[in-house]
Amino acid sequence: MSEAVPAAPDETDRRIINALQGDFPLVAEPYREVAAGLGLAEAEVLRRLDAMLDRKVLTRFGPMFQIERTGGAFVLAAMRVPEVDFERVAAQVNAFPEVAHNYRREHALNMWFVLATATPEGIAVTTAAIEEVTGLRVFSFPKEREYFVEMKLRA
Amino acid sequence: MPELDALDRRLIVATQGGLPRVPRPYDVIGAGLGIAGDEVIARLRHMLDTGVIRRIGAVPNHYAIGYTANGMSVWDVADERIDELGATVGALAFVTHCYRRPRRLPDWPYNLFAMVHSQNRGEVTARVAEIATLLGDACRGHDILYSTAILKKTGLRIAG
Repeated sequence: MSEAVPAAPDETDRRIINALQGDFPLVAEPYREVAAGLGLAEAEVLRRLDAMLDRKVLTRFGPMFQIERTGGAFVLAAMRVPEVDFERVAAQVNAFPEVAHNYRREHALNMWFVLATATPEGIAVTTAAIEEVTGLRVFSFPKEREYFVEMKLRA
Repeated sequence: MPELDALDRRLIVATQGGLPRVPRPYDVIGAGLGIAGDEVIARLRHMLDTGVIRRIGAVPNHYAIGYTANGMSVWDVADERIDELGATVGALAFVTHCYRRPRRLPDWPYNLFAMVHSQNRGEVTARVAEIATLLGDACRGHDILYSTAILKKTGLRIAG
């Protein structure tokens, strides 16, 4: 894996992560409520949250928006990139601001990315532009139905 | 599509990077937008109720918490059973994302995508076998696509 693994969270960090994967309270002093539930001081929770974000144990903390509900659109897409061209194509694809995530995967379809655009029409426009620049076909896999999405992993 | 006014959009832009780690975070966000913390709370609550916000919380770096194997399992499931079976697969604790997507024949025969995060590839394989058992003869084939590099990860943003 090409990504560096940050320092492991300790037991208290893990309790905080697990507590914060539920619904963060919508009250004036939400951290105090979370801290009370964990038997910790509010300052300790704040300090550890900051530290985990700095160390990239957490990638973010806050509201998770469903961009498609705000009028935008996103779609999963994949390409079959010849190995010799992989770096060039990755750079070309990543240069599009509409490309939010891009992963290399072990398969004939070896590049998988998510396109996010302000309007549904933007998806087709961007897909065509990527095909034009790279000279490769883009397979798109729009979500037809979502069965369950939580992205909660027990720490 | 839920109605979002200009202030909602400014609130999204102000919070999509994260919530401030201060005792009264909603007051701080409100101060930046010229509204009271209570108004921030009410608008976030409304966006949660309408699904604009999925949830408010922490997103762990899955490598940091030990989930170093990330396998995208893909399945060719009979169309007449996919919704029933997709819901069953999606409910499994180790499946973090589960979607129905179109096949792209002849290049791509799979119509069900289930993301499996585990400590190692052996565990991913075991969990995928569990899914295979669950799908039984409604499934005509499957594959696991492991990620070997993150090429880009900026998250989904709306323009400010």
